[in-house]
Amino acid sequence: MEALYAFCVGLLTACGIFLMLRGRTFPVVVGLTLLSYGVNLFLFASGRLNTSGAAVLGAATGHADPLPQALVLTAIVIGFAMTAFVVILAMRARGDLGNDHVDGRLPQANLDTEAQS
Amino acid sequence: MQHLILLPLILPLLAGLLMLLPPLTHSRVRQRNVAMLLSAVTVLISALLLQQVQQGLIGVYALGDWAAPFGIVLVADRLSTLLLLLTSVLAFCSLLYTFGPQEEEGSFFQPLLQFQILGINGAFLTGDLFNLFVFFEILLIASYGLLMFGGGKTRTRAGLHYVILNLAGSAIFLFALGILYGTLGTLNIADLALKVQQLDASNAALVRAGGLMLLIVFGLKAAMLPLQFWLPAAYSAATPAVAALFAIMTKVGVYAIVRVFSVIFGDAAGPLSGMAGPWLWPLGLLTIVIGAIGVLASQDLRRLIANLIIVSIGSLLATLALGHATATAAALYYLLHTTLVSAGLFLLADLIARQRGKARDRLVSARGMPQGILLGCLFLVGAIAVIGMPPLSGFVGKVLLLNAAGTVTEMLWLWPLLLGSSLVALIALSRAGSTLFWDLAGAPQDHIRAHPAQLAAVLLLLASPVLLSLFAGPVTDLVIATAQQLHDVNGQIRGVLQPVDFWEVK
Repeated sequence: MEALYAFCVGLLTACGIFLMLRGRTFPVVVGLTLLSYGVNLFLFASGRLNTSGAAVLGAATGHADPLPQALVLTAIVIGFAMTAFVVILAMRARGDLGNDHVDGRLPQANLDTEAQS
Repeated sequence: MQHLILLPLILPLLAGLLMLLPPLTHSRVRQRNVAMLLSAVTVLISALLLQQVQQGLIGVYALGDWAAPFGIVLVADRLSTLLLLLTSVLAFCSLLYTFGPQEEEGSFFQPLLQFQILGINGAFLTGDLFNLFVFFEILLIASYGLLMFGGGKTRTRAGLHYVILNLAGSAIFLFALGILYGTLGTLNIADLALKVQQLDASNAALVRAGGLMLLIVFGLKAAMLPLQFWLPAAYSAATPAVAALFAIMTKVGVYAIVRVFSVIFGDAAGPLSGMAGPWLWPLGLLTIVIGAIGVLASQDLRRLIANLIIVSIGSLLATLALGHATATAAALYYLLHTTLVSAGLFLLADLIARQRGKARDRLVSARGMPQGILLGCLFLVGAIAVIGMPPLSGFVGKVLLLNAAGTVTEMLWLWPLLLGSSLVALIALSRAGSTLFWDLAGAPQDHIRAHPAQLAAVLLLLASPVLLSLFAGPVTDLVIATAQQLHDVNGQIRGVLQPVDFWEVK
């Protein structure tokens, strides 16, 4: 289970970073979202992965660590709010600046190809 | 009295919420008055807290009465209360500036400003790393709103970069927290310092990775070299009162670096002690260089000041990398000085821009200013302070920084760069000043006058280098005591994990 879990976190993070390095705002926003999924899973795993642990101390031999769950909940709420904000901001930038490039202007190479097509 | 530590958080939170409700929300004047009143109260509370911690005790407030390390605690020691006082003074001056005519102001401006202050105060007061993350997010989301206030292309472009970079930073922060919690089993700063001392060697590499990821995040907030490109655009695009308040935001990053790398990975951390130094030292020095280049290349006054902030951040980080109490004390004195002066200069740049007509604050020939002599004198004071010429506090600060370098190698690197950056600032500011005040084309427009409240805010902030220089003795004693308390790691751990009643001891 650990290997699969680690692979998933790694894949999400790698995809997130790849998309974040793109030039247009939409892939960047999707990349940030994927990265926050990766982060949430990672935080969740920081309390160790064990199944059927008791939530109450003393009820069974093993118990689940409650703190990472609280941390993940907080991180999800904050991440959700921030994603909402960045989506609105990206739309606003599209309207204000006339294109959806993160720098607010298209690089010269892109302009040339668009002019040709 | 024991609840006093909580008030710097509760007051802005309540104020921000009340301002969104009917009696206040429709009246900018009422919002401003309430904000001003609360801000003055916060200054008093911070001063009282600062005076209380001077006995050397650490005030601990256990939220929900869960003692550390199980619950979240607020910690008021010398460092956090000193920065709390700095924030409240700065917030007071920024609010005072909003009493003058504003270009853009909506009914959400004042509440956002309050939430921003809440986030900054919380970041300084908290004794828990995850709570630090939460307060970082509060101050960031408020700052996103404030930065975008008024709209316009430059703000949108600067805001987009700022928001995306900080979201990536938050993700790295959470990764670092996950690593630290997974290996050390706690997130309380004092408890982390204790656990790092008992760490077995097999986990040391993981903890080091987590710690250095924290350095990336705090470096992004502080505008350390490869992560500083957002700062000039963001700060020069913000409205003046916001830019002045943002002067403390980079210092929140510096504070977090100081707190984490002097307490958790401090002198007692065994193989992990001083792990930030080898990174901070070259990056800090290079930040000075890139800031100085930016200062020379700046085409308008606000961008110039923003680049001066980068230079000051570089000086602070390079000094902190030295890692001993004298260096930390020097950096703290310089931090007080540079925050207040750069905030004052941002406000002054706006006053200048208002009186120059279409040229705004661009460094080109334009018509004269109606209050040219007054603004020129203020600019001279600010410039002398920020360059570091005697007799103002910049000089004292720079001498302390130079003095902090102990070995010959340290001196060989730090001295030329610090002194060179002062020379660059001198050249750039004298060129800017002579263009702004002497290179005139046409008569001034007589009817524009600076609003008294705005002038008072600038005067208050630019009086600080004079005061910090006049009272350099007591202030230096204060920062030395602060640095010593910070570097006494075991004292910090004891103070937080076995708190004594802070108000009972006389």
